[in-house]
Amino acid sequence: MDLAEAAPAADGTDASADAAAPLLSVRDLHVSFHTSRGIVRAVEGISYDVKRGEMLAIVGESGCGKSVSSLAVMGLLTKPSGRVERGQILFEGRDLLKLSDEQMREIRGRDISMIFQEPMTSLNPVLSIGLQVMEPLLIHLSMTEAEARARAVELLTLVGITDPDRRLEQFPHQMSGGMRQRIMIAIGLACNPKLIIADEPTTALDVTIQAQILELMKDLSRRLGIAMVIITHNLGIVARYADRVAVMYAARIVEKGTADDVFLKPRHPYAVGLMRSVPRLDQPRGLRLETIEGLPPDLRNPPKGCRFAPRCPLKLGLCDAEAPQLASVGTGHEAACHRSGDLAAGVKVFEPTPVGESHAIDMTGRPLLAVAHMKKYFDVSRRVSWRKSEKGQVKAVDDVSFAIRRGETLGLVGESGCGKTTIGRTVLRLETPTSGEISFGGSDIAAFSQTDMKPVRRKMQVVFQDPFSSLNPRMTVGQIIAEPMLVHGLVRTDAEAKARIDTYLTRVGLFPYMAERYPHEMSGGQRQRIGIARALAFEPELIVCDEPVSALDVSIQGQVINLLEDLKRQFGLTYLFIAHDLAVVRHISDRIVVMYLGRVMEIADRDELYARPLHPYTQALLDAAPIPDPVAERARKPRALKGEVPSPLNPPKGCVFHTRCPLADDQCRTRIPAARDVLEGHTVACHKV
Amino acid sequence: MGAYLAKRILTMIPTLLGVAVLIFLMLRVVPGDIVELKMRGDGGAPTIQQIEAERARLGLDRPLIAQFGSWMTGLATLDLGTSMWTEKPVTEEIAGRIGLTLQVAVMATIIAILLALPLGTLSALYKDTWVDQAIRIFTIGGLAIPSFWLGMIIILGLLYAFNWIPPMQYVPIWKDPLANLSQLIWPALAVGYRFSAVLARMVRSSIIEVMREDYIRTARAKGVHERLVIARHALRNAMLPAVTVIGLEFAFLIGGLVVTEQVFNLNGLGRLFVQAVSRSDFTLVQGIVMVIALVFIVSNLLVDLAYAWLDPRIRYGGK
Repeated sequence: MDLAEAAPAADGTDASADAAAPLLSVRDLHVSFHTSRGIVRAVEGISYDVKRGEMLAIVGESGCGKSVSSLAVMGLLTKPSGRVERGQILFEGRDLLKLSDEQMREIRGRDISMIFQEPMTSLNPVLSIGLQVMEPLLIHLSMTEAEARARAVELLTLVGITDPDRRLEQFPHQMSGGMRQRIMIAIGLACNPKLIIADEPTTALDVTIQAQILELMKDLSRRLGIAMVIITHNLGIVARYADRVAVMYAARIVEKGTADDVFLKPRHPYAVGLMRSVPRLDQPRGLRLETIEGLPPDLRNPPKGCRFAPRCPLKLGLCDAEAPQLASVGTGHEAACHRSGDLAAGVKVFEPTPVGESHAIDMTGRPLLAVAHMKKYFDVSRRVSWRKSEKGQVKAVDDVSFAIRRGETLGLVGESGCGKTTIGRTVLRLETPTSGEISFGGSDIAAFSQTDMKPVRRKMQVVFQDPFSSLNPRMTVGQIIAEPMLVHGLVRTDAEAKARIDTYLTRVGLFPYMAERYPHEMSGGQRQRIGIARALAFEPELIVCDEPVSALDVSIQGQVINLLEDLKRQFGLTYLFIAHDLAVVRHISDRIVVMYLGRVMEIADRDELYARPLHPYTQALLDAAPIPDPVAERARKPRALKGEVPSPLNPPKGCVFHTRCPLADDQCRTRIPAARDVLEGHTVACHKV
Repeated sequence: MGAYLAKRILTMIPTLLGVAVLIFLMLRVVPGDIVELKMRGDGGAPTIQQIEAERARLGLDRPLIAQFGSWMTGLATLDLGTSMWTEKPVTEEIAGRIGLTLQVAVMATIIAILLALPLGTLSALYKDTWVDQAIRIFTIGGLAIPSFWLGMIIILGLLYAFNWIPPMQYVPIWKDPLANLSQLIWPALAVGYRFSAVLARMVRSSIIEVMREDYIRTARAKGVHERLVIARHALRNAMLPAVTVIGLEFAFLIGGLVVTEQVFNLNGLGRLFVQAVSRSDFTLVQGIVMVIALVFIVSNLLVDLAYAWLDPRIRYGGK
């Protein structure tokens, strides 16, 4: 050991200096990507500090540079196109940008580790879990196989994986998404790092699993004193877990400060907009979402002045001319806006706008769509081992009944695998139900042939989740919208079709000249608008919206939700709105169906359901969803639902929810609870209500 | 494992049966008569009676269904019949050539793998640099140059440089390895070059794809040495599509090397096949087709086994 290190005095000063200095300090970082289509300045002059044991959240929409800045810290930018142009990344006083590749490699996984967004693809499919967890131990700590294995067992136990010995022998495909993310965390923790960077760690996970993973990370970071940088677009997560927040927009940090300051006293209109454009569970509904109009700038050719100016409702002449710098707006709170003083003085960014007169729901006549005891089973055969395969049946939808009245929006919520998408597809008769009735506009279409379906299809349309894969890349926008009109003979001449295309494009907030473009020339939000225009071209009565906004950024999400609401009023539409985001469903729906493992748990009016959730699963879902308000979050006690969703191949006997239910008893384990009306219009399937 | 293999081997039977039916029917539809060829070929003028007698001797006058019946019963007893031209058993004709053909195919495959893996990997890792460009010239050359032409250049080159040409007489490898190799290594090289070019392109694109995967980023984030990232995390995943190509190309080499065999004066299966077809030697053509079909099926099975070995998702049944 070095003498200087051994001397107690030196040790003492070192420690106190360490405690004061930030663990990670990013100074004026510039990152750009040199592509064949020009230079993209992905990060421009960002600076932030992370102290030991602290959790910093970097928030922003896709393409704002939040992930790129963290990859730069890890030295993992895509080579050779990605480059750090200038700046410093000080980690424990050392500038990481000055280190050699080999020195940097020694730090990665040892002192700083990273957890990625996609647990399904972030683990190597052909290597055993054991090898993947042990790898950093063998590399950085020179452990023997046996020592590394013992530590791996310890790590798996730490992240809450039962039966770790057996799990080490398994491969990633044998595990659920939540479990894989736990494995990723175990790998991240392996060498006791000082800093963990988590890039959207729970975005791909269900809300109850998300709560489990975040609680685990928060708990571990507290117990082990690990600093965390969490990159996310989910403001609820930020409010619940972060100590400090940095908001990024178009390659720059526009505001940073403590979570309380940024949430309660935002001093940048973008930060305000970001928080206002998400529907919230804890606020009265009924107002139109306040969205930031427009799109983020192209970083190959950004605006000269303030990046946000083209979309900013508070824009001044100055904003176009001169880019504002980050300036203090309070202790430890900075914002980059010429009008932050006005915001502090109480200038409103948005004027609340009412939704307009509420649409009329036809309460008297027959429902437009009534589904009764519908079942959809899929036969599957699954190889359980090298030589054995097992026949099975997935009960994707099991005995589901609900009705939608004309003019109503029915929300369908549940976690992945609950059957909500299958219901949508079966109602559209893209699938044939195993049994049950689907009555649409008075006739039972459950057994209709494809020919019988053709006239019906015109009246029921669909908007899909993924705006990228649901539009044919070889067709122009105009052709995509015209196709249904031509197939169903709604127009006769090309000129007529052209006029209709222009109308629909305008109605969904696009421009007629866009008809000549191809889908890849449009942004995600614009493509989703095209999908909506295509659905409208059928002049339908019912539109099934299957997660229409979940692939979009929050500010774009708000725009599309508002559009759907406007169109519904204009065209007198009825929606079946399928989503996993409880706040979005609450905002748009009149009535809501909660599903779990193919069965309906609860049906109620929107306000009733959120004010008085009766089913324990609904309660758990609402508890697990974080609210974007740190004060409200502190008042709630987070209760993460235990366990995982069981396999639909082998669902639990009795009530499907009993394995995770806090109230479950013998009756729940043996008898399937019938759906019954507990109150007028409030149906629950639970023995305990 | 054993049960799986047994099942796979049993499922070969219907496939082979299908091939047997198809080739039988196709030969009867295609014009050309072995008896006419045989007797009139050298300017002979046989009488109708002689032709009829010969046809009867070869069993060609029997109804199709009867001919088919004896083809099937022969197959069931692993008897492929007698060549209508040489009068020797088909199995004997094939056995005399299959060793040479298999050896060239195996050697070409080994050469291809040894060349393609490093070349494909290098050009993927140094994508768009001079290394990649140099390797691309090599591989595009392999795709563009016909194997027989390369074979001729090899022979001419050997003659010019060493005043030596490879031996013409085939000696089995277990009798005299040196003589055997000095004859067969050249066609294996000529064919293997093309094979390695196909494979190297495949390996390159599949490694480029794998290197973009999230789990490669994870491995780097763990601080794994770059070499190990490639050797442990990338190669195994990248090998999956390459294995398919190896299987298909190998099976093609059995019976697909007609011109190359001609150039090197090799008495292989490809040459026998062409002779049999031009002589309308039904029994011999049928026999060779069955052998080639068997090689395709077996190499497919080997590819599937290799897949299962490389990829646990297949081993344990993916989702």
